[in-house]
Amino acid sequence: MTTTPRWRELTRHHLFWPVAVLVLLLLVNVPFTPDFFSVKMTDGHLYGSLVSIVLFGSPLILVAVGMTLVIATGGIDLSVGAVVAITGALSCSYLSDQADQAAVSGVLLAMGLGLLAAVVCGLWNGFLVARMGIQPIIATLIIMVAGRGVAQLITDGQIITVNSEPYKLIGGGYWLTLPFSIFVVAAVVAVTVALTRRTALGLLVESVGGNAEASRLVGIRSRRIKIMVYVFCALCAGIAGLMISSNTSAADGNNAGLWIELDAILAVVIGGTSLLGGRFSIGGTVVGALVIQTLTTTIYTIGVPTQTNLVFKAAVVIIVCLMQSPKFRAKVFGAGGFGGKRGAKQAEAPADTAATPETVRTMEVS
Amino acid sequence: MTTTTRKPAAPDSRTPSGAARVLGDRRLPVLVTAGLFLVMYAVGLSRYQNYGFAETQVFLNLFIDNSYLLVAAVGATFVILSGGIDLSVGSVIGFTTMFTAWLVERQGLPIVVVIPMALAVGAFGGYLMGYVIQNFEIQPFIVTLAGLFLFRGLCLVISKESISIGDSSVSSMAQAQVSLGGAFLSIGAIVALVVLAAAFYVLHYTRFGRRVYAIGGNEQSALLMGLPQGGTKIAVYTMSGFCSALAGLLFTLYIQSGDPLHATGLELDAIAAVVIGGTLLTGGSGYVVGTLFGVLVLGLIKSLIQFEGTLSSWWTKIATGVLLCAFILIQRTMTSRRKA
Repeated sequence: MTTTPRWRELTRHHLFWPVAVLVLLLLVNVPFTPDFFSVKMTDGHLYGSLVSIVLFGSPLILVAVGMTLVIATGGIDLSVGAVVAITGALSCSYLSDQADQAAVSGVLLAMGLGLLAAVVCGLWNGFLVARMGIQPIIATLIIMVAGRGVAQLITDGQIITVNSEPYKLIGGGYWLTLPFSIFVVAAVVAVTVALTRRTALGLLVESVGGNAEASRLVGIRSRRIKIMVYVFCALCAGIAGLMISSNTSAADGNNAGLWIELDAILAVVIGGTSLLGGRFSIGGTVVGALVIQTLTTTIYTIGVPTQTNLVFKAAVVIIVCLMQSPKFRAKVFGAGGFGGKRGAKQAEAPADTAATPETVRTMEVS
Repeated sequence: MTTTTRKPAAPDSRTPSGAARVLGDRRLPVLVTAGLFLVMYAVGLSRYQNYGFAETQVFLNLFIDNSYLLVAAVGATFVILSGGIDLSVGSVIGFTTMFTAWLVERQGLPIVVVIPMALAVGAFGGYLMGYVIQNFEIQPFIVTLAGLFLFRGLCLVISKESISIGDSSVSSMAQAQVSLGGAFLSIGAIVALVVLAAAFYVLHYTRFGRRVYAIGGNEQSALLMGLPQGGTKIAVYTMSGFCSALAGLLFTLYIQSGDPLHATGLELDAIAAVVIGGTLLTGGSGYVVGTLFGVLVLGLIKSLIQFEGTLSSWWTKIATGVLLCAFILIQRTMTSRRKA
């Protein structure tokens, strides 16, 4: 009996369910590929399923981290996929015009140009949402629709290929035996966590998401915060765009980052961040993104036809959302007699149990 | 005239001036879209006069080529008027083409049996989404996103390859023409216009239509007034699923094949058409006739780009985005004036 309260506290932790799902998914792979967890050293690089999950998942993690902050302010950013395409297109088309594609200065300039375009997109989204007061879904829909057209305009409808060693580094290169993109992701996540949890910024973002008008009256510049998160989200998408185009050494205006916005939103939701805004968990988002990537890998390794991937994804979205819905929990666990007392308590005050303890905890823990 | 001259002398905040009344009129966005359509059509006439742009058939082709979009957008209008959003439209259309092609070609069922089955599946999918949205209070955005994944996944489960339809009754149905003077309309276009008329009737002359507007305007007030909003919301999503499936059937007729990648992203076109047609995305205000003009404007952009010949297809996306932006800003200024 002594373990029960501790166990209950553990299951109540906001990271428990996402991590449990991740571990479960990883374990599912073991019977099919016994050496799933082994990491081999070849040519001075580490290889293995775990490494490739993180490598292929890194653009998604980046986009999802940016998306977390936007969702925390009660918004949503649908334009990230288009921003990924624009950034890749602009960088690659600039780079392919250079005489010496391997020159480091040229590569840096190309990346800077791409990221600048991403920031401009973010400013535009932020302007529409914060200054014009347009619903976030709609405001970002504009770039989602037009952005792919712009990306195709930049690449002239072609797939631009580049051949540049330094550019290859960010998405496909290795550093200290690990893929370089893992370091980029780690740096971005660390900076985000430090800025939001070591300074008041995270609290301000959450308060804007909780009630923008009230925060403004308290003296928080909620408009500025909102613009800031959209710019940050676009910047993350831009880095992801560089990564994707560098990994394939090509820019495809049509398909780069297609549907990444939906995966990112899904990762954020799996990570326990409410779409209503007001609280967020960067750690949860990272786990959520890894869950999605592991799901894809698992489907490949266990030999289920890959085309069922989307059906699995749909099932995961539905289950996760239903579990997060207080009404659903009250209905199922309350009526189904899942430990009568606890069920009844949840049915009585579903909103309290769902929101209050987690809100407090997310404020303390990253 | 006498009233307008008198007003400046005795300004009264309760009776708005002529300009404010025009700006506050809910019909204004529809009129703007209709005007835009006419201007674009006139520009097309003057530019491509010698290339046969003036023929009636070019105008009727707008209906023929966009019949499926019109039906899907009518479904989306209901959802958006009720304050929700449906992202699953494109996937349901893709699934319906696949489902129909599979049943007709691989299972050998006659198309007359397949049509009601496809419609039932689409409507049931919509019903399920509506049920979850209503009863578990999950945001429509996420639920319909799951629907998007599910139906696109089911397409791929049926077959990864596209299935072309060689059935004679299907192709005769697809090629049937209803002549109007010197020009003709396809069956798809006529079905789309019938759906539009039915939607117009339902929205403006039935109790259900009033409920859709009421819930979209203010859900809380509608609830306090005693409107059975749960049933209405589920019905709205069921209707959207039904319209998507019907649009899928029209798309199958139009293209005579099933492909797992058909109509990817069509939900965005449908939402864009609804917004350009002047429906407020927050719900509660808009007209289904506006949606017709929204679809026609999008279709006209496509045919203008075809007639121009030198412009590439991606200009369609850019032009759609720019129009979307312009109309959102118009809506914004309108709503802020009404509040002030």
